[in-house]
Amino acid sequence: MLFGFSWDTSHGELAFAISILPILLMGLVVTIEASIAGFAVAMVLGLIFAVLKGAPSRFISWPATFITEFFRDTPLLVQLFFLYYVLADHGVILPAFLTGCLALGVQYSAYTAEVYRAGIEAIPKGQREAARALDFSARHTFTHIILPQAVPRVIPAFGNYLVSIMKDVPVLSVVTVLEMLGVAKIIGDQTFDYLVPLTMVGGIYLILTIVCSGIVRYVDMSLPKTGIPLK
Amino acid sequence: MEWSEYLKPLSQGAWITIQLTVYSTIVGAICSFAFGIGKLSTNWAIKGFSIAYIEIFRGTSLLVQLFWLYFALPIAGDAIGIDLRLPPVAAGVLALGLNIGAYGAEVVRGAIQSVRYSQYEAAKALNFSPRQALWRIALPQAIPEMMPAFGNLAVQNLKDTALASLISLGDLAFVAERIRNFTQDSTTVYTMILFMYFGMALVIAGLMHLLERAVGRWRRVGH
Repeated sequence: MLFGFSWDTSHGELAFAISILPILLMGLVVTIEASIAGFAVAMVLGLIFAVLKGAPSRFISWPATFITEFFRDTPLLVQLFFLYYVLADHGVILPAFLTGCLALGVQYSAYTAEVYRAGIEAIPKGQREAARALDFSARHTFTHIILPQAVPRVIPAFGNYLVSIMKDVPVLSVVTVLEMLGVAKIIGDQTFDYLVPLTMVGGIYLILTIVCSGIVRYVDMSLPKTGIPLK
Repeated sequence: MEWSEYLKPLSQGAWITIQLTVYSTIVGAICSFAFGIGKLSTNWAIKGFSIAYIEIFRGTSLLVQLFWLYFALPIAGDAIGIDLRLPPVAAGVLALGLNIGAYGAEVVRGAIQSVRYSQYEAAKALNFSPRQALWRIALPQAIPEMMPAFGNLAVQNLKDTALASLISLGDLAFVAERIRNFTQDSTTVYTMILFMYFGMALVIAGLMHLLERAVGRWRRVGH
């Protein structure tokens, strides 16, 4: 029994599959929550890194570049263990779910930073020059001229990372987050039937990613393409 | 225990990680070309199979695939009376290779499609068979275009091998977890393996860069 639902192992495969579906869907809710939370962290961290990487001083931009490379080139699983055990050793005890979302955000911030940078660099130089001519401060130029133009253009690229994050959420099950795969594994451990729950998880994932990719493509197509042309 | 005492077990784990990466990258490369070219086939059966493979392995999570091959496949084999129990190494290499191969197949397909149509027309005019046009005209121009994406996928594959520790394969992440259980010294161990993975990723990126330069000579000169 899990989440208040029990499974039916005595009336054949189909009855078993139907009885565990609500349990897997409860896990799916956790998967989606973790994806969105991790994505939000990645969006915020990525923007911070993008700004730091583009800083005029090398003492800021080089360490920022190194850190994002490091985040990108090390496995999510190890980053997750690091946050889960090392933070706890130093007195920062976060719930497993938050640790997981943080790890997802850290890993993907390296990718989103790159996307933000591409968007920022694509803003025509004339925009900065005009802002300077109008006596905007550097910070004002960035927050009021560059970002409002750069961010909407790169939003479709973020959609693909949201789908990727969704596919990485099962890793969180190793730190006891009860997302869909973790739930399926528990059902398998207790009923000795891994085939049905794991195949169902695969199927649900397939539907989920196909639907999400469709939404991303739709959003991409329906965003306005007008405005100041890119270089 | 001093940090230097961790080096021996960790380097043994790193060796497993390297082997896993190499074997699964080879499996992945074969799948990339087989299904990437298959998706462009005019034979609907080959095309359909390639599309199904790509969608299934790109559309589901790697960990789901790994668990499915390791835990669920033996049960499926039981049901039809075949012994499909895979040792962890085989399940790991197969899952990693098939997963990265699906991403690679899209790279291969995209690169082949980016070869200009006039190239095929010229090949046809010179009486090349479709097979010759693919091997002698399209692929030598397409492969250099694939290399940057392949470099990223190889690093991705290295990172993904850490998941194989979850089916009790004794790779770097697995050894680190065991040392942590034994010594509770998580800060040292995890910092060490983060840097080891980072170092290996840099080496792979460097090697792929060399390969990129080597095949770059296939690109046609001028336009």
